[in-house]
Amino acid sequence: MRLLTHNMLSSNIKGVANGFPLRIEVEKVVEKQVDFNADFLKNMFAKIEWKALVDASRSMGYSELPGDANPSMLDSDDFLQKFHHALLELHLEEGALVCPETGRKFPVNKGIPNMLLHEDEV
Amino acid sequence: MPSRTAQIRFVSSHPEVYEPCDDSFALVDALLADRTNLLEHRPTLCMEIGCGSGYIITSLALILGQEANGAYYMATDINPHAVKVTRETLDAHGVDAELITTDIASGLARRLAGLVDVIVVNPPYVPTPEEEVGRGGIASAWAGGENGRSVIDKILPIADILLSDKGWLYMVTLTANSPSDICRQMRQKGYASRIVLQRSTEEESLHIVKFWRDFDTQGAASDIYSVKKTGHANLVESLLSQCSQLSFWRHNNGNSS
Ligand SMILES: C[S@@+](CC[C@H](N)C(=O)[O-])C[C@H]1O[C@@H](n2cnc3c(N)ncnc32)[C@H](O)[C@@H]1O
Repeated sequence: MRLLTHNMLSSNIKGVANGFPLRIEVEKVVEKQVDFNADFLKNMFAKIEWKALVDASRSMGYSELPGDANPSMLDSDDFLQKFHHALLELHLEEGALVCPETGRKFPVNKGIPNMLLHEDEV
Repeated sequence: MPSRTAQIRFVSSHPEVYEPCDDSFALVDALLADRTNLLEHRPTLCMEIGCGSGYIITSLALILGQEANGAYYMATDINPHAVKVTRETLDAHGVDAELITTDIASGLARRLAGLVDVIVVNPPYVPTPEEEVGRGGIASAWAGGENGRSVIDKILPIADILLSDKGWLYMVTLTANSPSDICRQMRQKGYASRIVLQRSTEEESLHIVKFWRDFDTQGAASDIYSVKKTGHANLVESLLSQCSQLSFWRHNNGNSS
């Protein structure tokens, strides 16, 4: 699971009001190189919850992202490279996503988060 | 030139995962036929709901290929075996997608609302007793409840939430699902629709329907007959006739299923 995906996931348990962002519990992180695409990053920037991305990348052991970001930074190649790496190249391979409100853990195995709910959670 | 669709011999399998079948091939053929439009569409986020073996999302990634500069692919399935098989199928073709085990897009719909440019769905569409829907395993691959519409009718409003303003939805339907009625429902939500492919197999008559937001129809949808004879009205009329064409098919094929 890439951090772009993490940035799009929230806890879906019935009754949970603040299900975002899910806290990441790391067992194993892998890095996979992908082609750099500035247009894609510029496109995605407005859709990303920045703080959630910063915290998520920190919990995955990457702390190069600035705490705050604004669109003017998209002109900086250095910034784009870091954004690219955090958003697309870090994968949570094994671990869990934890609901910020209830503490319920959604397991991540082989890079695939399991968001299926138990009957009493729907 | 590398193949533009997933190759069956590289599609992974599991006893509890739906194997690519006529419906899967029909959807991929429809996507292939629409390739030029898809490339012009320049999708950023593409998503499959109910990916099964991964045949379709893998094919979509191959169809768009390098030319769809940096599109991001996501796929969900309620069956945990299916997403694992999908991972293997993607890997075997050297393409990538983000996979999530979930019910339709549960956990994603809030943040992904209005962001998805292309959604593809081959839903469980076979008419079955309602109790058979969502039992898990291979049965959830096809069990569609009354008129095969149970899961389809849950997917449509979620697709509406997920789709971007320019978003497209491609969906497999069966005559028994009343595609005309589906078109009408979607028209009320402001979507135009077109059957991009129709194929009759021994058992079923498949329609691949493409939906897109039509800002002209949106106003017209609530009050179709008061619309003046403008270009918009003609559009609405052609949509209506398309749907009546569909109900014509339904009446003619309905008895066989
Ligand atoms: C007809 S199969 C299609 C599989 C594959 N996309 C293909 O075309 O070969 C339908 C798929 O939808 C999945 N499915 C059924 N109900 C679902 C739901 N509520 N949410 C997500 N996936 C679901 C099934 O597990 C199955 O893999």
